[in-house]
Amino acid sequence: MMQRITPLLWLLFSAGGTVAALLFPVHLFLTGLAFPLGWLEAPDYEHLHRLLTHPVIRLYLFVLISLPLFHWAHRFRYTLYDGLQLKHLTALIAVLCYGAALLGTAATAYVLWIIP
Amino acid sequence: MSAKPDYTLYHPRWYRRRVSVWWWLQKRSYTAFVLRELTSVFVAFFAVVYLWQFHALAQGPEAYARFLARLRTPFFLTLDTVAFLFVLFHAVTWFDLTPKAMVVRLRGKRVPDLVIVSLNYAAWLALSGVVAFMLLRA
Repeated sequence: MMQRITPLLWLLFSAGGTVAALLFPVHLFLTGLAFPLGWLEAPDYEHLHRLLTHPVIRLYLFVLISLPLFHWAHRFRYTLYDGLQLKHLTALIAVLCYGAALLGTAATAYVLWIIP
Repeated sequence: MSAKPDYTLYHPRWYRRRVSVWWWLQKRSYTAFVLRELTSVFVAFFAVVYLWQFHALAQGPEAYARFLARLRTPFFLTLDTVAFLFVLFHAVTWFDLTPKAMVVRLRGKRVPDLVIVSLNYAAWLALSGVVAFMLLRA
């Protein structure tokens, strides 16, 4: 089973890595630093709501959050194997990592769906 | 000899020296490798923060204001600064790796690594500009 879906997991890993590399620095810089520190003005509630009326933006946000979670799951899984030498826990770690990414993806879909 | 040998993913080695869990601190390139792998933790962290933002947004203006206030606490400012550095490290290492992971050929000739890396950085700049424009447009 694991052997068969490995190519798919790798694809998600690499797509997520690309999304995170291209888009996370700017999002993180703005949301995590520039807005809280007052360097730039944070978008207000109405502005974000107006953006979210476009389905394309919701789809973008879904991809933006979900794919990097799979990137994390895959990379972190191997970090645990190599870094902490946990090769004997292969199955458990894989289930926990990809399970968390799946859960995050479901939560993202749900949240983006319920925003009015 | 047992009748049914256990299947292992790796070639069994008869003798293995124990390696310390801190093996990656012994050489700079090992440390860089593990730090690069650990960037994924901060990638996931920010994905969750962003999800949290839209969760707050779904709950209404007060919840969104509380989210913004929470990000202004020293705890999150520190965490976000560290996360930003790690995410930058991820971006740079990822772009530099692309030509090694994906060999592109044009008319039978291999596209030079430098071209692919430069295209990555150009896309990075352009997309960052678009995102900033969308979020900052008053």
